[in-house]
Amino acid sequence: MAVIINENTRVLVQGITGRQGSFHTKQMLDYGTRVVAGVTPGRGGQRVHGVPVYDTVAEAVSNHDINASIMFIPAAGVKDAALEAMVAGIKTVVIITEHVPLHDELDIMAYAEKTSTTIIGPNTFGIISPGRSKMGIMPNGIYKPGPVGLVARSGTLSYEIAFNLTGAGLGQSTVIGLGGDRVVGMSFTAVLPMFEEDPDTKAVVLVGEIGGSAEEEAAKFIAGMTKPVVAFIAGSSAPPGKRMGHAGAIIERGRGTFESKIEALTSAGAKVASLPWEVPDLVKGVLSRGN
Amino acid sequence: MKLFEYMGKKLFKKFDIAVPKGEVFFSGEGIEQFTARLGDVVVKSQVLSGGRGKAGGIKFASTPGEAREAAEELLRSEVKGCPVKAVLVEEKLPIDRELYLAVTVDGALKRPVVIASADGGVDIEALPEDKIVKIPVDVHIGVQPHLGRETARQLSLAGDYLKQFTDVLVKLYRLFRSYDCELVEINPLAISNGKFIAVDAKVTVDDEAAFRYPADLPAVDERTEREKRAHELGISYVELCGDIAVMANGAGITMATLDIINHYGGTPRNFMDAGGGAGTEATARALEILLSTRPKVILANIFGGITRCDEVANAFVQVKEKLGISVPLVIRLMGTNEKEGVRILQRQNIESFRTVQEAVAKAVELAAGREGSGI
Repeated sequence: MAVIINENTRVLVQGITGRQGSFHTKQMLDYGTRVVAGVTPGRGGQRVHGVPVYDTVAEAVSNHDINASIMFIPAAGVKDAALEAMVAGIKTVVIITEHVPLHDELDIMAYAEKTSTTIIGPNTFGIISPGRSKMGIMPNGIYKPGPVGLVARSGTLSYEIAFNLTGAGLGQSTVIGLGGDRVVGMSFTAVLPMFEEDPDTKAVVLVGEIGGSAEEEAAKFIAGMTKPVVAFIAGSSAPPGKRMGHAGAIIERGRGTFESKIEALTSAGAKVASLPWEVPDLVKGVLSRGN
Repeated sequence: MKLFEYMGKKLFKKFDIAVPKGEVFFSGEGIEQFTARLGDVVVKSQVLSGGRGKAGGIKFASTPGEAREAAEELLRSEVKGCPVKAVLVEEKLPIDRELYLAVTVDGALKRPVVIASADGGVDIEALPEDKIVKIPVDVHIGVQPHLGRETARQLSLAGDYLKQFTDVLVKLYRLFRSYDCELVEINPLAISNGKFIAVDAKVTVDDEAAFRYPADLPAVDERTEREKRAHELGISYVELCGDIAVMANGAGITMATLDIINHYGGTPRNFMDAGGGAGTEATARALEILLSTRPKVILANIFGGITRCDEVANAFVQVKEKLGISVPLVIRLMGTNEKEGVRILQRQNIESFRTVQEAVAKAVELAAGREGSGI
């Protein structure tokens, strides 16, 4: 099963002929992702690593059975590309690009809501269901199939934790990067119910960070979950008022603090790791208790 | 990017939102002539931090001489640690009532949201929830007059006030959307002689959209030179006070790296997220910024995804060859093209680590001076 993507996901790559698009198309193909077509305006008729390239998404979907798109598009073009994918009827859209203007994100999400499209990102590493499919830029070698659902706001920090899990013999059902921007398509509260429903997922790891209230909102859902949750929150040492890279990662007027998130998650019954490499032992602990 | 009040008010005027008669001054020159026709005036220091009134950044004057004196005094002073470089001199209006009105983005709702209160003039954060009206906006519809009327009704505004308020909100939302704003705030939105007028202006424009207004928007910069250079390179960089310079790729991992340094008893010199996909050139320039802070140790924590380890390794080699690095380097390298990266570093006798524990422990040890210099 896994969530959102699996071996039946047939992927379009928007921006396939660019440096990143081409490199990661190769990486995805090597991983086993069914990349069936690509789009770059003006490059229709070419092939990238054997994948046919079209000028428009409409043309690609009329030639192939496509149900998901991943885009490697410069920030200024993301809004148009995402709307193009949605207008063509694609229901899962992964936006890797960082620095997408906030108002473009608002426009994308408003249309996604109307068309019931699942948007992952922007500013994300993407999504992977190990052994089945990956849509993203994560390194291929650090995952393996297994019972842990992993959802994170940050990319590289989730690599770190996935790598530690895999090293400890704990594979993953699906790993999802929500994205670091203030407005992104999916939140913890959208992903947690999917893991709760997914028969392949036996435990969930949530990787959050300071700022905003997404972790506190997640805690409300965690309190009612049957599956155990382990959490790690980055930013314990961050000074207030300084924006730590991600648009959302800032403690403002005493809100979004590390302490408030730890308190909410602990009260909801989640096990909270104080260092990233403590996560695997905590997961082993909650899994062995047969929850 | 936060705009100074006078810049925000210039945008308000452009969108036909009423503001007090006023002018910005960068010295006392010309203030007497300007205020001669105005009577009582307010002299407001132009700084970005909130609560400037309480901090002594706002003065009142009844004569042109007093106005000039007040301005010159403010221009010699600091408000909350920021030197005052400009003052806004405005007519002092009789005020019947003060409201609060803002449009911002609600990340959880993924929508713009109108925030309003009948009790303006104070810090909105200090108001109880039941005094604040919040109305989410569908961007496909925008703020049409009906949404303004509904907001006004919830603030118990009636008659002509309901119409005037609606007019201000519709225009404010137009500004919010037209200039890619993160926040447009009028606090207070005053009623003076029966007319709505924006007595203050807070406008924050999304940096990521600045490319759309190359000529239109002023540049406001309170960053350090290094922070500016980092920004030009597309790197997020924040200066802290410790002695271990840090570079990582990804905001989360950078934050966690700082947390781990603290855990091991070390102190980070900075937050530097070199970003996803930074190539050799960008990484080399980032490394030069770190070197310029004269840290005891430089720690790079690279977990390659879109970033390629070999390109990062080449950057270190390039800077080492060009500048010579006297500070010990501790590099953690994992992920995309890891083997190539490690090989490149080995050829230059630069040691790399595979886990973040080892790398941070080593960096903290070196910073504490328990070991001699690395390279």
